[in-house]
Amino acid sequence: MSEALHEISLTVNGVVREAKVPGRRLLSDCLRRELGLTGTHVGCEHGVCGCCTVLLDGAPVRSCLTFAVSVDGHEITTVEGLSAPDGTLSPVQRAFSECHALQCGFCTPGFLCTATALLRDNPSPTDDEVVEGISGNLCRCTGYQNIVKAVHRAAELMGDEA
Amino acid sequence: MKPSAFDYHAPRDLGETLEVLAGAGAHGKVLAGGQSLIPLLNMRLAAPSHLVDINRVASLDTIAVEEGGVRVGALARHAAVERSSAAARVQPLLRDALRLVAHPVIRNRGTVVGSLVHADPSAELPAVLTVLDGSVRLARHGTPERDVPAGEFFTGPMESALEPGELAVSAFFPSLPARTGTAFCEVARRHGDYAMAGAAAVVTLDDDLRIASARVACVSVGPVPVLLDLSEVCAHRPAASVDWAAVARAVQDRIDPDGDIHATAGYRRHLTGVLAERALRVAAQEAADERAGEYSNE
Repeated sequence: MSEALHEISLTVNGVVREAKVPGRRLLSDCLRRELGLTGTHVGCEHGVCGCCTVLLDGAPVRSCLTFAVSVDGHEITTVEGLSAPDGTLSPVQRAFSECHALQCGFCTPGFLCTATALLRDNPSPTDDEVVEGISGNLCRCTGYQNIVKAVHRAAELMGDEA
Repeated sequence: MKPSAFDYHAPRDLGETLEVLAGAGAHGKVLAGGQSLIPLLNMRLAAPSHLVDINRVASLDTIAVEEGGVRVGALARHAAVERSSAAARVQPLLRDALRLVAHPVIRNRGTVVGSLVHADPSAELPAVLTVLDGSVRLARHGTPERDVPAGEFFTGPMESALEPGELAVSAFFPSLPARTGTAFCEVARRHGDYAMAGAAAVVTLDDDLRIASARVACVSVGPVPVLLDLSEVCAHRPAASVDWAAVARAVQDRIDPDGDIHATAGYRRHLTGVLAERALRVAAQEAADERAGEYSNE
C-alpha cells in the first residue's frame, strides 16, 4: 500500500514552494529533501540539540518536531534566507564570523536562526537573557563563550545600522 | 528516527475534529504543538495509525479570563500564555512555571493543554493544575463536555483520564483567593530539563497574616503530581515563626520517590523537602506582600 501524499505550499525565504509529502514528513526533512535546502541541519531528531531550528512565521521552532503538512500555507525562514539576496551576510552572521563563534559549523544554522529572532524581540539583551535565549541549542565545539560574545556583537552591529 | 506511517487528518473546526476522533477511536492521536508527541513518534515509542492535527482549529487558540480563573484553550502555545499579562494577573503561578518548561524555542510551539494531557509526572504544568485544583474539559462527539478535576485527571505516568475518542479542549486554572501567594521551585541538571525534584506551592494567610492554608504539589516523586497539605504542620503561625525544618521533614516523610541515573531515591527525597520548604516560604512572603492582588507585569 502506498502512502497518501499531501500537496503543500510553503513560503520559504520569501519564495512560494510547493511539495508533495506524506503526512509523516518532518519539516526538517521536507526542507532538505523536497526543497533542496540543506542548510537546515538534522542532529538529534527529538528536539534536544536545536540544529534544525528555523523561523516559522518569524518565531524559532524545531523543524524536526514539526510536520511539513502541519505548516502548509505558512512562512518559513531558513539559514539560507538570513543573508541579503546579493549574499551580504546579516549582522548576526557577520558577528558569528567576527567572533569565531563556530568551529565545525554543524550547530550554526540553528544558532543563527535562534539569535536572529532573539535580537529582533530584544535588541539589547543582557548576558543572562542571551544564555537563556540560546539554552535550547547545543554546541560541542566552542564552549559557548564566543557564541554569547557574537550575539552581543550582533546587537551592536544591528544598533549601528539602525 | 522517522515516524511510522499514519493517516493524517486536518479538521477545520471542533465538530469535525470530534467526528474524526470518534472514527479513529483507540488508534487516533491528537497533534497540537507536538513537542512531546513528535519525539515519541520519531523514536517510534508511539505509532498511532491516525493523527488528528488540530492546528487549524482556530477556536481552540484561546486564553480567556473567566469568573474565578483563566481558561486556556487546547491550541494556546506555552509562549502565548507566558506572555499574557491577563493570565498572569489572574494566576501568577502559570507564568512562573511556564518559564521552567523546556526552552523558549520549544515553548513557541508547545501547548499548555498538551503538557497536561501528556501527563509526565516530572513536568511543571500538571503540578500547577494539581496544586490549584484546576480542571481539564474533555469533549466527545455526540455527548456533552465533561470537566475532570486535576485530582482525577492524572491517573499514572503519561496516563490521564482522557479516553479514546476524546479531545481535551481546554484547561481551567482557578484564580487565587485574597492574601494568597504562589511559587515554583525546582532543581534540574540543566535549565529546561525535566526536574530531578520540584514543588509548586500555594499559601493563604488569614487577616492576622498567620498561615491558614499551605499546599504543595511535588514533581518527579511519584506516578502523578503528589499533592501534600501542610497547613497542620504550619500550625496556624505567621511565616516567621513556623518550624520550617518540620515542614521539610513532613514532606520527606510523606513521599516515596524512586531513584534513577540522575538522582537516588534518598537524594530526591531530601531535595523535595528543601524545595517544598523554599517554595512555601516564597509563597508565604508573596501572600504577605499581597502580590496576588496587585500583580501586574508590564
